[in-house]
Amino acid sequence: MSILLSDISKNFGAFSALNHINLEIPEGELVALLGPSGCGKTTLLRIIAGLERADQGRVLLSGEDKTHQDVSERGIGFVFQHYALFRHMTVFENVAFGLRVKPRRERPSDAAISQKVHALLDLVQLDWLHDRYPDQLSGGQRQRIALARALAVEPSVLLLDEPFGALDASVRKDLRQWLRNLHHDLNVTSIFVTHDQEEAMEVASQVVVLNHGQIEQQGSPSDIYDHPANAFVSRFIGQTNVFDLEQHDSDWLRTAGILTPDQQGKIAHVRPHDIIIEKSSNGADAPATLKDWQHLGALIRLELVKNGANGSAAHVFAEMPNDQFKDLQLNRGDKVDLKIRQAHWFH
Amino acid sequence: MSNTSLPINPAKLLVQQPQALQDPRWVRWGLIFIAISFISLFICLPLLLVMFQAFSKGVEAYWSALSQADTLAAIKLTLLVALVTVPLNTVFGVAAAWAITRFDFVGKSLLTTLIDLPFSVSPVISGFIFVLLFGAEGWFGDWLMANDIKIIFAVPGIILATLFITFPFVARQLIPLMQEMGNQEEEAALSLGASGWKTFWAVTLPNIKWALLYGVLLCNARAMGEFGAVSVVSGHIRGLTNTLPLHVEVNYNDYDVVGAFASASILAGLAIVTLILKTALEWKQANR
Repeated sequence: MSILLSDISKNFGAFSALNHINLEIPEGELVALLGPSGCGKTTLLRIIAGLERADQGRVLLSGEDKTHQDVSERGIGFVFQHYALFRHMTVFENVAFGLRVKPRRERPSDAAISQKVHALLDLVQLDWLHDRYPDQLSGGQRQRIALARALAVEPSVLLLDEPFGALDASVRKDLRQWLRNLHHDLNVTSIFVTHDQEEAMEVASQVVVLNHGQIEQQGSPSDIYDHPANAFVSRFIGQTNVFDLEQHDSDWLRTAGILTPDQQGKIAHVRPHDIIIEKSSNGADAPATLKDWQHLGALIRLELVKNGANGSAAHVFAEMPNDQFKDLQLNRGDKVDLKIRQAHWFH
Repeated sequence: MSNTSLPINPAKLLVQQPQALQDPRWVRWGLIFIAISFISLFICLPLLLVMFQAFSKGVEAYWSALSQADTLAAIKLTLLVALVTVPLNTVFGVAAAWAITRFDFVGKSLLTTLIDLPFSVSPVISGFIFVLLFGAEGWFGDWLMANDIKIIFAVPGIILATLFITFPFVARQLIPLMQEMGNQEEEAALSLGASGWKTFWAVTLPNIKWALLYGVLLCNARAMGEFGAVSVVSGHIRGLTNTLPLHVEVNYNDYDVVGAFASASILAGLAIVTLILKTALEWKQANR
């Protein structure tokens, strides 16, 4: 089911949580609402669900105006950040709940409910836990049960609030992959909220970046990474070096002999992997000194200190593959030359 | 008198202290001795004395005291009062706790404070409020007289005073629990298509049932045992407006020791049953 939000605004007292949001989500997408905490992303998700009312604007699901419809009639599935499993019910009863509360003439028979619940529990690979209570499950298991429960009513839209927020790093990694696959199999339009850009990039087919109650950019993960619409998105979506040409950075860049490709603004954002490092041949005049480095698995992050006039930041970060770094045979305190391969320009 | 705290969790009575921080032996045994002797002296001993006095002239005298018409009437009235006030206050308590923890409205903090009023006001004053309102000289006195409705010195007054005294018990048990639980489970139920009514019965009520029972139990104990407020509005008419606690006093003032203590033994028995049930509920809640 496609989702259309038109001119949604929401205030909490004097605080403006959402400010004239317009958003269109085509059927079948897996969308991430990405933004820093307090940007309004959860509020937006709750407005789509009907758990919150917008002060202004309309919510259309499949072209039907659902703005004033109650959450219980919208046919959405909602997965809560802290799972919100019914603590006094077994896993089976939790998943069956949405079927049992249907009006009598729509309600499936007990046998049909049982069959469906077990099928869903199989889908989330947890059928063996069907008679346990929520407090006997791990975080990752609870999350999957919460998802099975939401899927039981065959929602036309699946909404997930920080679905991996409360999980261990390793469980989170597994679940991301799993959610992606599940979405691929079910193909139900899904929106999840996250503050973790890596998670958004890895899982979603579309990313919507929010800040201060406004949409900063919407697009595929590669769109957003390669063509950030503004400085906020560029900074938020991954690590970046900021060179402000109106400050001393232009001097440093010039004296460093660094060419800034295709200058189109006053501020250049350069991703760490777009900085190429070489051992300096001209000693004292080298633009930067290697201060330290960290291993990030396959990549090495180098921490460089600008020599001479300092600009807006004293440090530059660069990244390169592990073996390439080994080949350079650099030591702490070595002078290095830099090349900038690509920059994003902002005003 | 008032129990405004959450139930004690019997499984977590001992706060584990590292051995290095333990108090010296004499401090430990000293405190234990003080606690136990205080309880024995001021609770166990009087309780035993009640039983002892009740049976001081034999079992027969005990039974005959209890089977007096006035005593039976007092027992009946006490049961009636509890039967009316406890369900009303259960409904009120759930409604108030729901309103306070789930809605935002003007005067919410005032309501929260006012719920505690019966705990902070002397019961005698509470009784007087009703006399001032409904007594012959009270605000509604003339109107009530003209319409031949008796509230003060009659059963309705007793029920009203007891309602007032016992209304905090259920709400006070539920509010902290419902605050702590939050409303995510209810939101989940609604998002799965359940109506508000169904959500309450299927999700909210099962989650609060032990605390609710606990509140009802305390409410009942107080409704049956209340003396001060009831004493002011009852008028002490034997066989008509004497509840058990009042009946004890009347008998005692008449030097009917066996009669007084026989009635008192019923109240004491009620207290013991309440304590046993309360402990059982605490276990149940802790092992939920």
